[in-house]
Amino acid sequence: MISLLQEAVTIAAEHTESVASSVAHGETETTTGLPQLDLSTFANQIFWLVVAMVVLYWVVARIALPRIGAVLSDRQGAMTGDLMAAEEFKLKAKEAEAAYDKALADARAEANKIVAANRAEIQKELDAAIAHADAEISARSAESEKRIREIRDSADVDAREVARDVAAELVRSFGGTVDQAAVDQAMDSRMKGALQ
Amino acid sequence: MATEAHGEATGLSFHPMDQFIVRPLFGDGPVHWYTPSNVTLWLFAIILATLALLVLGTRGRGIVPTRTQSIAELAYGLVHKMVGDIAGKDGLKYFPYIMTLFMFIVFANFLGLLPMAFTVTSHIAVTGVLALAVFLTVTTIGFVKNGAHFLDLFWVRSAPLAIRPVLAAIEVISYFVRPVSHSIRLAGNMIAGHAVIKVFAGFAAIAAVAPISIIAVVGMYAFEILVAFIQAYVFTILTCVYLKDALHPSH
Repeated sequence: MISLLQEAVTIAAEHTESVASSVAHGETETTTGLPQLDLSTFANQIFWLVVAMVVLYWVVARIALPRIGAVLSDRQGAMTGDLMAAEEFKLKAKEAEAAYDKALADARAEANKIVAANRAEIQKELDAAIAHADAEISARSAESEKRIREIRDSADVDAREVARDVAAELVRSFGGTVDQAAVDQAMDSRMKGALQ
Repeated sequence: MATEAHGEATGLSFHPMDQFIVRPLFGDGPVHWYTPSNVTLWLFAIILATLALLVLGTRGRGIVPTRTQSIAELAYGLVHKMVGDIAGKDGLKYFPYIMTLFMFIVFANFLGLLPMAFTVTSHIAVTGVLALAVFLTVTTIGFVKNGAHFLDLFWVRSAPLAIRPVLAAIEVISYFVRPVSHSIRLAGNMIAGHAVIKVFAGFAAIAAVAPISIIAVVGMYAFEILVAFIQAYVFTILTCVYLKDALHPSH
């Protein structure tokens, strides 16, 4: 590219005179030199360039850049705001979680309390029922014992009666006379310890 | 031209430089300073393109941008960051000026790539005025902001005292060469690329080499799209560098 440029420049330098002459004749179209070095067009280019640059500067500096700058800073602001809001929400979420945990712990404690209360009540009822049952059982067993004792007593009496009768009958059948008192006494001494 | 002479011999006609000729827009008369010419037409095309992108494209002012608005914001961000990074915070005051330059050059380069278009940035007159404007503005800013202290730019304090005058001479020369290199870099790139495309296109007249010629034109065109942006970027970044020198002249 550089060699081409150099070539172009040297060629242009050679043709400078012809350029000048052709410019004098108003024949810019037929110029054979480098158009970039055609000094006759410089005024035109520079004039329009300056006009264009002034307009462009006005457009860029007055309209475009403030607008884009505002959009960018708005976006930055929105992002910062959103991030801060997110941080706030995060904090709120943490608080909510703490509150939830606390509520859960409270509920659990309450439940435990209720369970304990119920258990105590049930225990009380149970104790009462057991006590009642014990009382009934002891009453019944006392009654049973009484009846057993009665039955045993009656059996004892019956046994004595039978033994006495048998003894008297034995004595009689051996030919003796029955001394009821002696038989009773002998019965008693014999029976002592056997029954009971 | 060499190519033209060659062309006459083989029946080919190469006019790679005709695309740069400044013509009156209406009629066929001489080009006076006020004559509306093809330069005028394409300069206003640049203004319209800038309006379309930066003003029309952002008319929604959306928090969520449209595609065009995104491009406008990208351009804004690119130049704004460039000015801020290179020239510093106090350079941001000149951001609109640099943004105008960037939009002008980028659209001039890209519109110049349209077929039949005229590339205003391929003219030394245009790039020269732009570069001179940058040079004069920056020099003025340098003296207004720093006074005589601005001359520190040429007096390299970090160098040994004996070398300083030599360095100062070199620095002064390089300072005054800036507008030249600044303008010729841009115009030269534009001229060369467009001329090469035209030369390749001229070869398409020969049926045998036409496919190669067309492929070459396509490749060159893609390359020129890259160059169009890079040269606008380079011109802008150099402007920022010069502005930085003016704002902070000490080495």
